Amino acid sequence: MSADVYLNVAIGGVLTGLVYGLMALGLSVIFGVVRVVNFAHGEMMTIAMYLAIAAFSAFHLDPLLMLVPIAVTLFAFGYVLQAGLINLFITRAEHSQFLLLVAIALIIVNVLLILFGPDAQNVQVAYAFDSFQIGRIIIDATKLYAGVAAIVVTAVLFAFFRYTATGTAIRACADNYTGAQVVGLDVRRLYALTFGLGAACVGAAGTILLLIFDVTPAAGPAYTLLAFVIVITGGLGSMPGALVGGVLIGLTEAMAGLLFTPSAKSMFAFAILVLVLLLRPQGIMGRGTA
Amino acid sequence: MSALLEVGNVSKRFRGLVAVDRVSFAVEPGTIFAIIGPNGAGKTTLFNMIAGTSAPDGGSIVFAGERIDALPADRVCRRGIGRTFQVVRPFPGLTVEDNAMIGALLRRRHTETARAHAHDVLRRLDLYDKRAQRAAALTLPDRKRLEVARALATDPKLLLLDEVMAGLRPTETDRMVAILRELNRERGLTILLIEHVMRAVMALAARVLVLHHGAAIAEGPPNEVVRNEAVINSYLGVEDVA
Amino acid sequence: MIVRLVDGVPRRALWLAIGLLVLALAAPAFVGDYLLTVLILILYFAYVGQAWNIMMGFAGQLSLGHALYVGLGAYTAAALYVHFGIGPWLGLLVAAPIAALAGAFVGFLAFRFRVAGVYFAILTIAVAEFARIGFDHLGWTGASAGLFLPVAQYARNDLWHLRGHPAMFYYILLAATVFAFVGCYALMQSRVGYFWLAIREDEEAAKASGIDTFHYKMVAVIISAGMTSFAGVIYAFYYNNLFAEQIFGIGRSIEIILGPIVGGIGTLFGPVLGSFVLTGLAEMLTAALAAVGVDVPGAKQVFYGICLLLVIILVPDGIWPWLARKLGLKERQP
Repeated sequence: MSADVYLNVAIGGVLTGLVYGLMALGLSVIFGVVRVVNFAHGEMMTIAMYLAIAAFSAFHLDPLLMLVPIAVTLFAFGYVLQAGLINLFITRAEHSQFLLLVAIALIIVNVLLILFGPDAQNVQVAYAFDSFQIGRIIIDATKLYAGVAAIVVTAVLFAFFRYTATGTAIRACADNYTGAQVVGLDVRRLYALTFGLGAACVGAAGTILLLIFDVTPAAGPAYTLLAFVIVITGGLGSMPGALVGGVLIGLTEAMAGLLFTPSAKSMFAFAILVLVLLLRPQGIMGRGTA
Repeated sequence: MSALLEVGNVSKRFRGLVAVDRVSFAVEPGTIFAIIGPNGAGKTTLFNMIAGTSAPDGGSIVFAGERIDALPADRVCRRGIGRTFQVVRPFPGLTVEDNAMIGALLRRRHTETARAHAHDVLRRLDLYDKRAQRAAALTLPDRKRLEVARALATDPKLLLLDEVMAGLRPTETDRMVAILRELNRERGLTILLIEHVMRAVMALAARVLVLHHGAAIAEGPPNEVVRNEAVINSYLGVEDVA
Repeated sequence: MIVRLVDGVPRRALWLAIGLLVLALAAPAFVGDYLLTVLILILYFAYVGQAWNIMMGFAGQLSLGHALYVGLGAYTAAALYVHFGIGPWLGLLVAAPIAALAGAFVGFLAFRFRVAGVYFAILTIAVAEFARIGFDHLGWTGASAGLFLPVAQYARNDLWHLRGHPAMFYYILLAATVFAFVGCYALMQSRVGYFWLAIREDEEAAKASGIDTFHYKMVAVIISAGMTSFAGVIYAFYYNNLFAEQIFGIGRSIEIILGPIVGGIGTLFGPVLGSFVLTGLAEMLTAALAAVGVDVPGAKQVFYGICLLLVIILVPDGIWPWLARKLGLKERQP
């Protein structure tokens, strides 16, 4: 195979990886602040994907147009979930919280199965088969738009955390729960807000990802695992780490799919996960222990 | 008679901060030795190195003639050093008896012999009547004695006690002092303790080591040490001597 | 030895256990075929839940990839049978060590490199997934097309080759569950059991008390994995077909933990009770839906999810401790 093919696939992988990064960003934000390991992360993403599919088949709306409404919907979902349920578990043992989300994930996957059936579904956008050519490089239109959309959403998120009062308050909570309480921050509300934001991230990522991949109810757990691989590789709690991890995994998957069989590509992601867990559990950019 | 525990020039650094700075001392068998000093002086860090929870960056620790500074905590315990923790941590969900059993099972294969030994230890520590209660439900003084019981049940030659009197009222302190003295006298148990409660230190210790900013600034019998000017300036103050 | 084991047990509990055992022994005689399959399922999950419980309830390590050991047990025994005609009981002699080795591998990776808590759970998921994808591509065991055991209609039960009437499987699983139950009880009373408790409660304090925590955690994992593989062997010979996608899937791993969690982690009766309640109720739900003419794939899983949710929120210690208090029984451990 010529170098061109490798390059094209690699670029496609990086673009896809940006969307993965956005998805993982949500997980990282949630963990970094609320300290909850969101085992239902991928499942929440599939909710977003199915919403986008529903919108597309009913109104022929491009997923990118549905980006904001779906992200908002997922935000609400996440907010309510945290405020109503997960907040009760703040003081409980770690594995208690984890199992709570395992249960939620189980419910989501199967409700989606009941509602939409097990077959893969996707959206056929007008530009599904278009591509751009830059020199000898060919880039799928869908992947390019997806990558750009991911970058935009990520930038908005970073800006929020950097420049708004609420964003700063959330970062304060992450650094010091008790300290934040002492200065009068309503930590529980901020937790709900953060979970909502993380959910919105994953909602946006899902909507964007639909341009590239199909969705099945079973994809939920697979994406959850992928998100964990990315976040642990990049560093749990590190936002830039999630992006770096995402691109890395997107690239690895693409290349593995090219060099070996596509169905075995997640094996490499898992191998990376195991290696990271063993050798550098704080990830590439992580700080200290979780 | 050679010392039971010989700490030689032991140091520990945490990223540029010197927590323990070339500390040396020896503990004779059958004696009670106290380490005092202001908070942050490096006392617990020193303990952790002796007990095997952390490794020294320099120096040596010799126990009963053999080096133990590279050993992990469980091996150190098996060599004969029992310890308690500064923030008391008995096994919370288990009963008092089970706590002592776990210590006793270290050197006894059969649960029945272990249980008999555990009961013995609990009686010494005045906890036998509460043996069916969960550790988490006990009062602080009881939990402290339980931790001592658990460590004692492992048949140590040396017992490391980290601020075991902290949080106890004077009557409870006296009770603990009496128990420790008895253990030392009857069993010849060597005790190394970190303490802030000078009342206990004066009552128990044959020798005292004073740490300040990680370094030893005085060592000797208690009456001498408390009159040492450097010790008074850095830690004791003038009126605190019991 | 039985006398020694039975010594500390309150009379009431003993009679209850014996009564249940008698009922269980007689059951196949008067339940229908369908109910028998439900009971088999209940026993299967009770057994596997008990095996999982050793790792989690006793040694405190949350494994969300236990399907790995089921799958390894199933595939090893099945492959040996299909390719070499080796019976399942001999196959077990190979399968159990393989599963135990896998458990040792996971344990070693985790414990040597201090992967604990949630990270450990994720590690177990990753390894199970790795196996799933691996076996999906492994030609010798059928890859994604699946591995099929030759089914023969025998007039009588062939215990050696595990071919026969479901009742045979029922009694085997019953024996296994009883054995696991008694075995766990004995372990809990033993030195190993105490050390596991110590590790579960506070690993640092356990080390300070002289316990070689690495060693005992490995023992828990190896026993748990080996025990679980037996269930895999039974699975293979009962269903007669294996698909990597199904048997190693994370859904399976979650099913395994549901019983013990609902029943009560770390307790003896917990896995059995939990399995009974969950599987029993789930089958009733399926039957009810079928009666209305509705077939909803996924309904059972939603039910499981809701049960898990309710238990975690309302009765985090599980149903058994609550029930035991009501019945006036009490198990030694929390």
